[in-house]
Amino acid sequence: MTETSQANPAPPRAAQTAHAQQVAAQRRARMQAQAQQSKLVRKLVTPEGAVLQLKLATAAERAGAFLIDVAIQWLIVLVTLFGLTYSITAMGWGTANIAFAFWLVFFFFVRNFYYIFFEIGQRAATPGKRALGLRVAARDGGRLTANSVLARNFIREIELGLPIQFLMMSGDQFSAWMGLLGITWSGIFLLFPIFNKDKMRVGDLIAGTWVIRAPKAKLMRDIASAASTAPDVAGRFSFTPEQTDAYGIHELHVLEDVLRKSTPDIKKQVASRIRAKINWQAQTGETDTAFLQAYYAALRRRLEQRMLLGDRKTDKFDVR
Amino acid sequence: MSRDLLKSYRFREERQADWEKLDFILRRAEINGVRSLTDDQMMALPRLYRQAVSSLSVARSISLDQNVIVYLESLCTRAYFFVYGARTSLGERMMTFLRRDWPAAVRGAILPTLLSAFFFFGGWALAFFLCLQDMEWYWTFHGQGFMEGRNPDATVEYLRSTIYNDGYGEGQLSAFSSYLFNNNAQIALFAFALGFAFGIPTAWLLVYNGVTIGSMYAVFWDKGLGYEFTGWLMIHGVTELFAIVLAGAAGFVIGGAVAFPGRLSRLSSARAAGQKAATIAMGCVIMLIFAALLEGFGRQLINSDTTRYLIAGGTLILWLAYFYIPRRGYAT
Repeated sequence: MTETSQANPAPPRAAQTAHAQQVAAQRRARMQAQAQQSKLVRKLVTPEGAVLQLKLATAAERAGAFLIDVAIQWLIVLVTLFGLTYSITAMGWGTANIAFAFWLVFFFFVRNFYYIFFEIGQRAATPGKRALGLRVAARDGGRLTANSVLARNFIREIELGLPIQFLMMSGDQFSAWMGLLGITWSGIFLLFPIFNKDKMRVGDLIAGTWVIRAPKAKLMRDIASAASTAPDVAGRFSFTPEQTDAYGIHELHVLEDVLRKSTPDIKKQVASRIRAKINWQAQTGETDTAFLQAYYAALRRRLEQRMLLGDRKTDKFDVR
Repeated sequence: MSRDLLKSYRFREERQADWEKLDFILRRAEINGVRSLTDDQMMALPRLYRQAVSSLSVARSISLDQNVIVYLESLCTRAYFFVYGARTSLGERMMTFLRRDWPAAVRGAILPTLLSAFFFFGGWALAFFLCLQDMEWYWTFHGQGFMEGRNPDATVEYLRSTIYNDGYGEGQLSAFSSYLFNNNAQIALFAFALGFAFGIPTAWLLVYNGVTIGSMYAVFWDKGLGYEFTGWLMIHGVTELFAIVLAGAAGFVIGGAVAFPGRLSRLSSARAAGQKAATIAMGCVIMLIFAALLEGFGRQLINSDTTRYLIAGGTLILWLAYFYIPRRGYAT
C-alpha cells in the first residue's frame, strides 16, 4: 500500500515499483537510524524500580563541549595575563615578580582544576557541557564521587597535556619526530571514545564514569486538548476508523513535530498529503492547522486505544 | 465535554501541576544551590520525585504525546541525580578529603609507596655513586648548561653561594619556585596518569627524577658541601620528594590494578584503583603547594643549616604522622 497508489488513479507500473522501492529504502534508513540511536541508550533502574533511559553523549557532542571549555580556559588565562602585564608597569620589580609567581600557580589551577571545579558541583558539568546539555554520571548509576571526578580529569593530562609538554620541551632536531609522536599519542587518546560502545575517554574508563545527555525539556501544550477546545476545530471534524488507521506512531510523532515547529508552508504541504491519503474533502473555511490538529487528535486517540490493547502500530507500513 | 478528552490528556492534566512543582524546585536547586530550598520544598521533593517516576512509567504505556514523554524523561533524570546525588557542598567534600579520604588512601597504598620510593631513591643512588666514581657521568645525565652552573666545573664558592641566599633578588626566586611547582605538580600528575600503562612510564619518570637529583647531589658532595646541600634541599625536599614518591605510588596502584586484576574484570579493577589513586594524586598537588611555599619563602629567609634541618625533620614527622597514624572512628 504505497501513497501513490491511493493518491493518483493510475500511475505507470514501472514508476509505481520504483517509487515503492524508494519508500522501502527510506523506511530501512529510518529503522537503521533508530537502531543507531538506541545503541546509545542505557537503561538505569532506579531504586524505585522505574527504568530511566539515559542517552550517552556522542563523540561529536563531547568534542564540541571540550572545544568550548578549552576556549574558556584560554580566555581566562589570556585575560589574566594581559591584565597582569598591563598593571606590571604600576608595580615595582619585586611585586611584579611575586604577582607573576601567583599567576603561574593560577595557570596551573586553571589548567588542571577547571574541569574538576565544575564537575564536582551539583550539575556535574563544565560550562561547555552545560551548553550542549551534557553531564557526567557514574557508570553504575550511583552517586558521582569527588574521587571519580578527580580521576577522570587528571587522566586528561596524558591525553593532551603530555604531548604538548613534550613538544615544548623537545629541542630543534627532534621536534619533527616528537611532533609526530605527540600527534599519534594524542590521536589514540582522542579517538578512543569513538571506538568503544560506551563512548568513554580513557579517563572515564579509569574513573568509572560516562557522559550522558541531560537536556532540559519544556512541557508544551497538548495538541489534542487544543483540538477539542478550539472553536474552529471542536466538533467540525469526524474521521472514520479507516481514516485513522492510515498512519502509525512514527507518522503521529512527525505530525506532532510539524504542528509544534514548522512553518505554515510546510503545514500546508503536509495537510494536502494527508487529505489525499485519507480521501478527505476539505470543507469550506477549513484551515490547514485546524485540520492537522483535529487529525492528530483522532489519530492519537485511535493509536492509544490500540496500544492499550497491546497493539503498537509503529508506522503506516505496519498493517496487521 | 470531558468524554471527548483523550485518556492520556486527562492523565497529564491531573499530574501536570506536580511535575511543574518538581521542575521548579530542581531549577532553583541547580541555580542557587541546595541551601536555597525551603523546608517545605525539601519535604516535598522525594514525594514529587517518586510521583514523576511513576508518571513516566505510566506515560510510556498509555501516551503517544512525544513531548510529554521527553519532558518526563528529562525531569526524572534530573531529579534522580539530584535525589541520589551527593548533597554535600564543596567545603564539606574538602574536609572529608583532608580528614579521612587522603590519609586513608595513602595508608592503603604502602606497598606501591615503597616500590615508588625504591625506584626514585634507586635512581638517586645509582647516579650518586656513578658520579662520585667518574664525574663525566654528570654530563651524560644533564647535558651542557643545565641547573644554572651547578655542575662539576663550578667552584666551591659558587656552589656555596647557590645554597645560601646571596645572589638572588627575592621576587626572582619566588617566581622560580612557582615555576618549579608547576613543573613538579605536572610531573606528579603525569606519574599518576601514566600508571595505567602497567606503571612502566611511572617507574621511568621516578628513576629519571632520582638520577637528576642524585647527580647534582654528587657534585656538592664531591666539593665537601654535602651537609649544607642536604639542608638546602631537604627544607622543602622532604615534602616535595614525598609528594613525587606518592604520585608514583598512585601510578603503581593503577598499573597494578590493570596488570593484575585478580577476580575482577580489568575494567572494574582499574575503576576501583583509579579512584583511590586519584585521591593520592590530588593530595600530591596539595603537598607540592606546601613545598613551593617552603621553597619560595622558607629557603630564602632561613640561612641557618640547623634551622633548615629542624624544619625538614619537622615536616617529615608531620607528614608521617598525618598519613600513617591510625584514626579512630573511620572505617577505611
